[in-house]
Amino acid sequence: MDIKKETIASLHEKLVNKDVTAQDLASQAIDKINADEKKINSFITVNDKATEDAKKIDEDGIKGPLSGIPIAIKDNIVTNGIKTTAASKILYNFMPVYSATVLEKLEAAGAIDIGKTNLDEFAMGSSTETSYFGTTHNAWDFDRVPGGSSGGSAAAVATGEVVAALGTDTGGSIRQPSAFNGIFGIKPTYGRVSRWGVIAFASSLDQVGVMSKRVEDSATVLSVIAGHDDHDSTSSEKEVPDYRANLNKDMHGVKIAVPKEFYHEGTHPEVLDAVNKALDQYRAMGATVDEVSLPTLKHAVEVYYILASSEASSNLQRYDGVRYGFRAKDVKNIKELFVNSRSEGFGDEVKRRIMLGTFALSAGAYDAYFKKAAQVRTIFINEMSNVLKDYDLIMGPATTTPAFKIGEKVDDPLAMYMNDILTIPANLAGLPAASVPAGLADGMPVGLQIIGKPFAEQDVFNAAYALQEENKFYEQIPTALKGED
Amino acid sequence: MNFETTIGLEVHVELKTKSKMYSPSPVAYGAESNINTNVIDFGFPGTLPTVNKNGYRLGVMVALALNAEIEKHTHFDRKNYFYPDNPKAYQITQQDKPLGHDGYIEIEVDGKKKKIGVEELHVEEDAGKNTHGNNGYSYVDLNRQGTPLIEIVSKPDMHSPEEAYQYLENLRKIVQFTGASDVKMEEGSMRVDTNISISPVGSDSYGTKVELKNLNSFNHVRLGLAYEEKRQAAILKSGGKIGQETRRFDEKTGETFLMRVKSGADDYRYFPEPDLPKYDISQEWIDEIKASLPESAKSRRTRYINELGIPEYDANVLTDTKEMADFFDEAVKYNANPKLVSNWLMGEVNAYMNEKRIGLQETKLTPEHLAKMINLISDGTISSKIAKKVFQETISNGTEPEEWVKSKGLVQESDPAVLKPMILEILDNNQQSIDDFKNGKDRAVGFLVGQIMKQTHGQANPKVVNKILMAELKSR
Repeated sequence: MDIKKETIASLHEKLVNKDVTAQDLASQAIDKINADEKKINSFITVNDKATEDAKKIDEDGIKGPLSGIPIAIKDNIVTNGIKTTAASKILYNFMPVYSATVLEKLEAAGAIDIGKTNLDEFAMGSSTETSYFGTTHNAWDFDRVPGGSSGGSAAAVATGEVVAALGTDTGGSIRQPSAFNGIFGIKPTYGRVSRWGVIAFASSLDQVGVMSKRVEDSATVLSVIAGHDDHDSTSSEKEVPDYRANLNKDMHGVKIAVPKEFYHEGTHPEVLDAVNKALDQYRAMGATVDEVSLPTLKHAVEVYYILASSEASSNLQRYDGVRYGFRAKDVKNIKELFVNSRSEGFGDEVKRRIMLGTFALSAGAYDAYFKKAAQVRTIFINEMSNVLKDYDLIMGPATTTPAFKIGEKVDDPLAMYMNDILTIPANLAGLPAASVPAGLADGMPVGLQIIGKPFAEQDVFNAAYALQEENKFYEQIPTALKGED
Repeated sequence: MNFETTIGLEVHVELKTKSKMYSPSPVAYGAESNINTNVIDFGFPGTLPTVNKNGYRLGVMVALALNAEIEKHTHFDRKNYFYPDNPKAYQITQQDKPLGHDGYIEIEVDGKKKKIGVEELHVEEDAGKNTHGNNGYSYVDLNRQGTPLIEIVSKPDMHSPEEAYQYLENLRKIVQFTGASDVKMEEGSMRVDTNISISPVGSDSYGTKVELKNLNSFNHVRLGLAYEEKRQAAILKSGGKIGQETRRFDEKTGETFLMRVKSGADDYRYFPEPDLPKYDISQEWIDEIKASLPESAKSRRTRYINELGIPEYDANVLTDTKEMADFFDEAVKYNANPKLVSNWLMGEVNAYMNEKRIGLQETKLTPEHLAKMINLISDGTISSKIAKKVFQETISNGTEPEEWVKSKGLVQESDPAVLKPMILEILDNNQQSIDDFKNGKDRAVGFLVGQIMKQTHGQANPKVVNKILMAELKSR
């Protein structure tokens, strides 16, 4: 069975009709992962209990839509009894003793955790190149990055190892790799999904989301994982709709805003062509599209890197070698234990951000950096919400370019950071945002970004679904995989 | 050259909650290491804090009792530092918007009343505990990690060690009577850090601040500060400079010793805790907490004096601890005479506690038993001599007094029909004493009463005996 051609609904039907068992699906997925790994490297750990778990599902009978469906989990989401590393040496051997709320919800729905996907170390990066466990490759061109930080999840979906995967998005880590791999990915509203059990990068920005070839599959999964959690005081009490059941591709009267600042200089011309074509399609479907301005957007990258790094510098202090994870050898005293464990355990990009954040929070710099950045964030939130008073959706490209070559930007942190300029705004404002395939540039996929009002995930799904049904991009086989089957 | 002393105090008080400030682990003492912990206390990856509402409530209670303003729009902050007993490497505290501010405590020194300002109060979490073994290893116990604390920061309004002492005494009393904490220095539920500086009288700036640590009782605070006053004055008089340093009080010598020199302020990189939302504290909730505040020591003292007729000195002793005041109020509820309850508590009960070196709650005495015993004396059922036996039994073994007195046959003999024949017989056998009495020797009466008591094994009611005896003596 070619999972690339399946959906959660089609697999569910096969399971219900007993054309296939959950155990078959799990073992097929594991076989496929094992076969692909050398080329793609999308997983850090495969769940060796997956077929056993699937067997139990078969015995208990197929129930809800996710029952018996293998799903991949980004390896910064903790899984009880399954190694969770955040792609860092400092957690290379970390075995959690509890599971994230999203995982418990998936398990309760009968989904099978097939394994833990690769990411940039602690989700810090846009290419999955900073992983301690090696780079993941793009399914459309093995020499290119899959994007990041949820690069492993994106590649796992694009290659058909799984129909859907969980990712996390702090500054674009779901949307950018989704765009680079020609799949759909959604970062929900901040507070829509519990962060309990998500290894923190930047607490005020992190959010769990879903990646899948088809919009409807992400809709199905998000309805399962969303909702209030007593463990997470920042999670919302708002009711969770059945996004899949409510999918509606009617775009008549939908008001779309396109900030002119999203047309960033240096944007690849074919990316612009693809996005403009998609906007034309929405017009043709009855939507209105207007240009608007978000003047503060020009500061978004700076604001983001100050705030995210500041929070990260604090969140990552707990990795000190005392209680779990990597511990440096041959230390003389506690200070050396701290310093050596962290010096040897963290990679360069993580260290860079810890230093940046530590500086931004320090007594002499706080007012000029952290505080100022927090103030600009507030201004920016107001700008975004003003636009969303008059419009239903904000759209633009998800990335300025298609996937770049492995090694191309890894030594140029600023170029790498600028890569996030289009995805950062939704995180700063806590808004739901998705990337949906909109064509090709340089033969590589292009993503259209769709941003909605707070907790209006349904609007985002609907617009993405409308475009998906027009273009049926999901029928395209990633070029590097052509002729494989 | 004369100097003026300036003292500021930072007091940490453990709040009496069932669970920790930001995690559901139990707060309990004396458990095996790392038993009262969960993944949050261990700072495991992916864990998040949640606020213990009752902890915050107790914090507001203390703030209200200290006459502070309650912050309506508050949030939590992180204080970052590395230490093995601090698993997240940050403490969740309130730096920017503390829960209360601008309160005060009234003190009285040398007959003069004075208000000492409370700058601010905030809730935070305690750290774990490190112990260092003889085998070269150090051990971390996280049972205490996350225990709710309230930090109470005074204004630098105190100008003598005695004022600092009074501030602490009154603070302890006020907090204790809210029931929010045990406030026991010896058990670590109250901890004091002091800052002291001196400057020439009339100077418009403060002197260099010295921090004093290892102060395990209020008296040590007073002694340590007094030592510092003298030490600093001597340095300044000899033309020296006070170092910005932390000093340790040595209780054996009463001196202070240099612990470490402070090179500039520590940088804790405070910033708003992103894992917790901002909180709005409603006026309704504040009012509700205010209404639920238990009666203060000050108000109880006044009530004891004005309504129960307790002398001022006694009222002060009874309201020194909440334990004692609660016990007193409870005993009075069982209809015992307040003055008698007070006498027993201050006399026999206190003596018993001192002898055994235990607190009131560690004795077996209950307010109900004490009240019953006092009423047995008042209604003549037992003599005060017997009462001492009853008291020992009750306070040591928790025995119910009425039942015990009956079962042991200790009920006082007050029946004249029983006592009169005995008295007559003793008189008949003691003509000498009758003669002595007639010759004005009152001692004879004491002797005769003693004889009667001996014969009744101390159970004769002395009042009844006296009455019969006197009548009989006069008639012979």
